[in-house]
Amino acid sequence: MIELKNVNKSFGDKQVLFNIDATFLSGSNNLIIGASGGGKSVLMKCMVGLEQPEIGTISFDGRNILELENQDLRDVRREIGMLFQGTALFDSLTVEQNIAFPLEMFSKMSPSERMDRVNFCLKRVNLENVNTKYPSEISGGMKKRVGIARAIALDIKYLFCDEPNSGLDPITSRLIDELINEITKEYGITNVINSHDMKTVFDIGDHILFLYKGQKWWEGNRSELPHAQKEIKELDSFIKASYFE
Amino acid sequence: MNLKFFYYFGHYLLFMKSMLARPERTNVFFKRLMDEMYKIGIGSLPIIAITSLFIGAVTTVQTAYQLVSGLIAKSVIGTIVSDSTMLELGPTISCLVLSGKVGAHIASEIGNMRISEQIDALDVMGINAPGYLALPKILAGMIMIPILNIIAITLSIYGGYVAGELSGILTHEEFITGARSTFKGFTLFFSTVKAFTFAFLITSVSSYQGFYTTGGALGVGESSTRAVVYSSVLVLFFDYILAEILL
Repeated sequence: MIELKNVNKSFGDKQVLFNIDATFLSGSNNLIIGASGGGKSVLMKCMVGLEQPEIGTISFDGRNILELENQDLRDVRREIGMLFQGTALFDSLTVEQNIAFPLEMFSKMSPSERMDRVNFCLKRVNLENVNTKYPSEISGGMKKRVGIARAIALDIKYLFCDEPNSGLDPITSRLIDELINEITKEYGITNVINSHDMKTVFDIGDHILFLYKGQKWWEGNRSELPHAQKEIKELDSFIKASYFE
Repeated sequence: MNLKFFYYFGHYLLFMKSMLARPERTNVFFKRLMDEMYKIGIGSLPIIAITSLFIGAVTTVQTAYQLVSGLIAKSVIGTIVSDSTMLELGPTISCLVLSGKVGAHIASEIGNMRISEQIDALDVMGINAPGYLALPKILAGMIMIPILNIIAITLSIYGGYVAGELSGILTHEEFITGARSTFKGFTLFFSTVKAFTFAFLITSVSSYQGFYTTGGALGVGESSTRAVVYSSVLVLFFDYILAEILL
């Protein structure tokens, strides 16, 4: 479980997050939605420790990452997997080296155990025969799958996905959504997804947070969304705009 | 302007400090160090060899052109070529060439990792990104560039020797006699100290520039350019400082 309390973040004079409170439960897909520039990415960066909020607390199962010492923070980070918008695969490493990377750095597995785990992760994301290819040699959808495989290579507790469908065709997008959903439920991971793809929201959104101009404007689940859309004009505008993208 | 300099200098020092954490895995660090030593050392060998051979050859021919008096022994050409190569041409010219070749490569490699979120991925995994990315490059440079400097000096003197012989300016006996006559171990030590210092400057400044790249592909180009310009200027500046201190 991840708990955010009163999170505020500014860049210089410009405040981008205002008093964000939220709770993201384990084994559920928690979606943060909102227009570009609404603060989704900054909030996610604060949660994974790439940005520091000025005020507030961000607790991973009771551990406030903003108050942890370096070593404790690294321990928490080793429980985090992240799928980046651009996948962030290491382009000098092959697919299998990319997936083996966190294992090589943080596990005590032997090389053969590592390879077994790499092959298991690749199979889990429905990829085969790409072990020796470089990221530049595979498609965008395959890169996303490799990104997910790398994220789950260690036994993670928290998965963050930044725009997992960006740059993908609708069919591949649905496959990636299904895969993320399956992995979340199967391993009981606390999953936080940044998205402005409404299909993703309606398909797998167990818990939805709508950010508008850096503020939490609405929070609920996908069954409550149609009603909220009628009540909240900013949410309605966002949903309608996202269908035209 | 002055305050900006102090800001960036302080930022650079903090970047250097952040590297000094214990590596997550010693074997991974050692493997990366070996890779970087290969890239910097073997990868730079052709350009260093070509530059040095020609510098030695040109120095011999131009020194002979300037020695118009028949009262000066021709072996002096060998002395001038070997001393100037060891003192200045070997370390300084080699390192200026390397600030272009190695510096641009380091800045663009790390810069590209920055803009494609690969450094963020390392941070999220809990890996000390400066220590993982920059430290092996800096250590590899500090090991390999002094070795390249010795190779550059050797080839430069050999270039001068061959040019003198081929053009009939002086015999190989005269060249070797001249080269040996004023040889001092300290000159070679001074040259190695220079190469060691320049190696640190080139690799650390380029790593810093790459690590703090902003923007997209244009940003990578800009940080590579800054890496080459700043490291070249620093090489020349510290060339003077070291000469003042050690000579």
